[in-house]
Amino acid sequence: MNDVIGLAPWLVGFPLIGAAVLLLGGRATDRWGHWLGVAASAASAVVAFILMFRMIGTPPEERAVDHGLWTWLSAGGLDVDLGLRLDPLSLTFVMLVTFVGTLIHVYSVAYMDHDVDRRRFFAYLNLFVAAMLTLVLADSYLLLFVGWEGVGVASYLLIGFWDTGRPSARENAVAAKKAFVMNRVGDMGLIAAMAILFATVGSVSFADVLPAAGGLSETTATAVGLCLLLAACGKSAQFPLQAWLGDAMAGPTPVSALIHAATMVTAGVYLMVRSGPILEAAPTAQLVVVVVGAVTLLFGAVVGTAKDDIKKALAASTMSQIGYMMLAAGLGPAGYAFAIFHLLTHGFFKAGLFLGAGSVMHAMGDQTDMRRFGGLSRFLPITWITMGLGWLAILGIPPFSGFWSKDGIIEAAFVPVDGQPWRAWVFGSVAVLGAAITAFYMTRLFFMTFGGRRPRWTENQHPHEGSPLMWWPLVFLGVGSAALGAVLGIGGTFTTWLEPVVGHAEHHEPVLPVPAIITVTLVLVVLGAALAFRMYAVALVPEEAPRGSFLTRAARKDLYQDAANETLVVLPAHGVARLVQVGDRDVVDRGWGVLPLAVSWFGAMFRKAQTGYVRSYAAGMAGGVLVIAVVAWLVIQLGGGLGGAQ
Amino acid sequence: MDVTNYVVLAAVLFAIGATTVLLRRNAIVVFMGVELMLNATNLAFVTFARMHGDLTGQVLAFFVMVVAAAEVVVGLAIIVTIFRTRRSASVDDVNLLRG
Amino acid sequence: MFPWLTVLVAWPLVGAAVVGLSALVRRRTGPAGGGTGLARPLALVFSLVEVGLLVGAFLAFDTGAAAEHQLAEQHAWIPQIGASYAVGVDGVGLLLVALSVVLVPLVLLAAWREQGRDEVRLRRFVALVLLLEAFMVAVFSARDVFLFYVLFEAMLIPAYFLIGGFGQGAGRRRAAVKFLMFSLGGGLIMLAAVIALYFLAVDAGVDPRQAFLVGQLTAVDLGTVAERLMFVGFFIAFAIKAPMVPVHSWLPDVAGNATPGTSTLLICVLDKVGTFGMLTLCLPLFPEASRWAAPFVIALAVVSVLYGAIMAIMQTDLLRLVGWTSVSHFGFIILGIFTFTPLGTAGSSFMMLNHGLATGALFLVAGFLVSRHPERSQKIAAYSGLRSVTPVLAGTFLVAGLATLSLPGLATFVSEIMVLIGAFGGSPAGSAAWAIAAIPGVVLAAVYVLLTYQKIFTGAPAAGLEALPDLRVRERVVAAPLVAGLLVLGLVPSLALTYVDAPAEQSVAAVTAVDEPADAAAQMGSDK
Repeated sequence: MNDVIGLAPWLVGFPLIGAAVLLLGGRATDRWGHWLGVAASAASAVVAFILMFRMIGTPPEERAVDHGLWTWLSAGGLDVDLGLRLDPLSLTFVMLVTFVGTLIHVYSVAYMDHDVDRRRFFAYLNLFVAAMLTLVLADSYLLLFVGWEGVGVASYLLIGFWDTGRPSARENAVAAKKAFVMNRVGDMGLIAAMAILFATVGSVSFADVLPAAGGLSETTATAVGLCLLLAACGKSAQFPLQAWLGDAMAGPTPVSALIHAATMVTAGVYLMVRSGPILEAAPTAQLVVVVVGAVTLLFGAVVGTAKDDIKKALAASTMSQIGYMMLAAGLGPAGYAFAIFHLLTHGFFKAGLFLGAGSVMHAMGDQTDMRRFGGLSRFLPITWITMGLGWLAILGIPPFSGFWSKDGIIEAAFVPVDGQPWRAWVFGSVAVLGAAITAFYMTRLFFMTFGGRRPRWTENQHPHEGSPLMWWPLVFLGVGSAALGAVLGIGGTFTTWLEPVVGHAEHHEPVLPVPAIITVTLVLVVLGAALAFRMYAVALVPEEAPRGSFLTRAARKDLYQDAANETLVVLPAHGVARLVQVGDRDVVDRGWGVLPLAVSWFGAMFRKAQTGYVRSYAAGMAGGVLVIAVVAWLVIQLGGGLGGAQ
Repeated sequence: MDVTNYVVLAAVLFAIGATTVLLRRNAIVVFMGVELMLNATNLAFVTFARMHGDLTGQVLAFFVMVVAAAEVVVGLAIIVTIFRTRRSASVDDVNLLRG
Repeated sequence: MFPWLTVLVAWPLVGAAVVGLSALVRRRTGPAGGGTGLARPLALVFSLVEVGLLVGAFLAFDTGAAAEHQLAEQHAWIPQIGASYAVGVDGVGLLLVALSVVLVPLVLLAAWREQGRDEVRLRRFVALVLLLEAFMVAVFSARDVFLFYVLFEAMLIPAYFLIGGFGQGAGRRRAAVKFLMFSLGGGLIMLAAVIALYFLAVDAGVDPRQAFLVGQLTAVDLGTVAERLMFVGFFIAFAIKAPMVPVHSWLPDVAGNATPGTSTLLICVLDKVGTFGMLTLCLPLFPEASRWAAPFVIALAVVSVLYGAIMAIMQTDLLRLVGWTSVSHFGFIILGIFTFTPLGTAGSSFMMLNHGLATGALFLVAGFLVSRHPERSQKIAAYSGLRSVTPVLAGTFLVAGLATLSLPGLATFVSEIMVLIGAFGGSPAGSAAWAIAAIPGVVLAAVYVLLTYQKIFTGAPAAGLEALPDLRVRERVVAAPLVAGLLVLGLVPSLALTYVDAPAEQSVAAVTAVDEPADAAAQMGSDK
């Protein structure tokens, strides 16, 4: 391992150099810039493969390597080395980011072909890859935070990529800002967590903090855990900071695939798993993580059932699937491996689904309304098949990828924690229910797009597959959606792989026998899928959305998340801001204005004495002399003469 | 000789002069009041010089006369100028210094 | 030893004089009719040579002893009142000297075309800038309280004329007077404390001919009540300079009415005298009083952080907005200083430098933007959709903005996180709670930066602005060093931290070494 560790900085270095060249090079790099972007990402992927193979050849106990680069900051007792931590966990993520990232780069070459700003797009994509790799490779919370906000900026730039020159420009820009600001709300948690850790442990590097986590008081561990959870909620669009993800679909579709499905949004799960020892020292925080995961997985699923915009439906699905991962991450070592496993398989199938959606949009003139699709399977066969694989994977149908990871999470959710069976029943049921709803909305999405007896297209549509640059990535991701789970899941390969990082999980019996859980889940999934098939493949889909029930209308509006945020946060905050503004103008500024006013008032008083009449001045003089004379006389009289004063 | 008589006379003259300055409007008359005050002072100077057998007071009286003469020259010139521009010698018409 | 600091102070003075005299030269040899004369190039050359001198000073500075005041010189000045000419810098002082010296040529270059072709105005402007530079360098190196006070007030003269004479806002004269009145008011209170300090020091046995030397005064025990009163006197002056709520009122008016170059020098450098004074005068001279006042100061600092950020969000004028962001950032700096942790204090010292670079960049780039508008409007609403029209300008603005919101990877992040993490473990009561309360400032920062970027640079280009020129070479030369500095210091902050770490340790040690008198309240009562 040590002979190739020197390559690790290049994982970040290649895309960073790519981004720098493309941003500073300007228009001069327009012609070949996109290929440079692809090359930078591919070079990272090659490095990742080399490191991966070397790590597989290393004994498990030696797989975690910290590679220090230089002293980043050292002042006032805080010493942070800029260093990378390579271990099975970070390398899993690195593989996902570089491999899927490179596929999406290739896809984007064709997808962004007609965009005048394609070079800028690739610069941002490379920037994102560099930041994402920094995030997962960091060996301290502080460096992790650099990547954490770095991906936030890349995400901001890419969501708002089309921020001028088209009708939706301002909306895109607003969506980008919303994403960044909501992420920052979460980032407060990470800052606070670092502050608490420095105050108690005296360090923010993983190597110092994580082994010391067991020694923290439960209050401290809970505080740190909840702060980290806040950060994770922001980044991973978990309740209550989920509102930005749907709007983030304003970005180009490859961005949605890479950032808002496969990699960045799952960083919160990574943070939770990485901070496992801290959470394990804080059972309350763990419970909150599970609750947040469970709430979000239902929230996303419910929203997903009503969305007609294909990207927004997928975004809701992403939120829901990350809910699963969060739920697993809150279950302790038994859940970590499955959280990351699901993160990995989800990265493949959701990226495939998004790129497929991009392919459909590309074919349909940027239409995103699924009510205007239908019957596309004949025209887009490759997209149809690859998205079909992704659909089966997300449903959790064996033997496709999602089955292996999601089923593991559902089983883990049914395991009682601390001998409290109610938790097993509640969270297990939520997970199963979520799976059924997932089956419904994904089947709906799939058949509204590809199925149906009659197309509902707008005028002048001639759908056809894009260039090979677009469909080859789809094929790779489709294969991954189909097979990755089985390859890594059978025999617990992946669980064993992560064991050096997350620790060995004792096997506990769920409250229901495992075959029963699998059967119940599959039955419900098939029922959900069948219902959707009946409603959206067999029956005719109206081109205009029907009014729908109360629940449908609520789900279309994301369960009123924006209205809730508006009422609970934005309006009061705006009120406070207005108050401060008025207070500053009318109290503070005017308060200081009182001083000069007082001075001029005094001036005005004394001014009256200046009549301009010589006689009045003379009278003043005479009066003054008289007063002085009288006073002098009195002093002499009372003090017994001048001599008396001495 | 009784010094009191001289001092009282000087005080009376000074008071008349001061009252003239304060009450009259005509600049020329005000001027006369000023001269009267100066001369009252001169009288006091001379009186005390005589009383103390010291010439300093008398010398000062000469100084006062010289200054008074100079003052009359400048003062009358100003009054004449003001009269030329304003057709009036009233001091109340000249209040440019009002705040 | 070569008197680096004196030369650094004297050289811009020479420059100002030469620029003033350049009028004669032009009249004799210059081209007839118009022309902008020698003033600008001369001033630029002088300021660049000054940068060269600065490099010399850095080489002569021993980073191993950054807490010591080095390059020190001391001469009797007015021994009758105990005033000496004593200069010397520790790491923090040197960095702030560097900030002043580096920003001046950039400001001169940024203002190259600002005064049109009016040669007389131009000459006055650059001469005043050089004069201000000399005062700023001097005030950061003064090691004599009297000298410091004189410079503290003398700086107001060029600053007043720069604000009142050259701004583009209609209210610039009023703003200049407001600035002067606030500063003089604070200075007056400080003067009283300075005089009292002299008499107490002499009473305590300090040599009356050198009674103002900071080194001498730190050893004097002033007595609780006197120390607290004098602390308040100094602190109010510094709080006004540093703009701290509620004595910040002058700042937005100045920012909105002065030229961006003036604002850069004023807010990014000159105002650092406030926080610099708190760190290098208040803490070592009045350690017990500093601890006594700390809970109150911290509270005000956090209020400043949030207040400034909220006010920035509500602004409609771009330059005023940038001014308000500084109120917020100065709050962070003060929070770090008054929580008495080596980490927070080092962070604050570093932040003084970073804020200068980041906010300087933002002011100057905002100035470039305003100078492009046909009516030179400062209203944010007057702009729209410029990202596609002026991509480089937009990118530079965004980078400066991201530096203002302390994006990790940029230097501002390092200092801000150091302040927050440090403050959390601070010794004054309530430090942790106040540190947590300051954290929402980072969210508000994201709002005011991105909201502004959104309004100015996204959407459809505003009518009349579709053909604005992008950043010129000269303007890129101005922005590049600032951006590069922020990046380099973000990735290798130890370059600067080696200068501030030891002084931070020392000033914290000076404060925490003093035992808090157990019966402070009783003592106060009896002294009265």
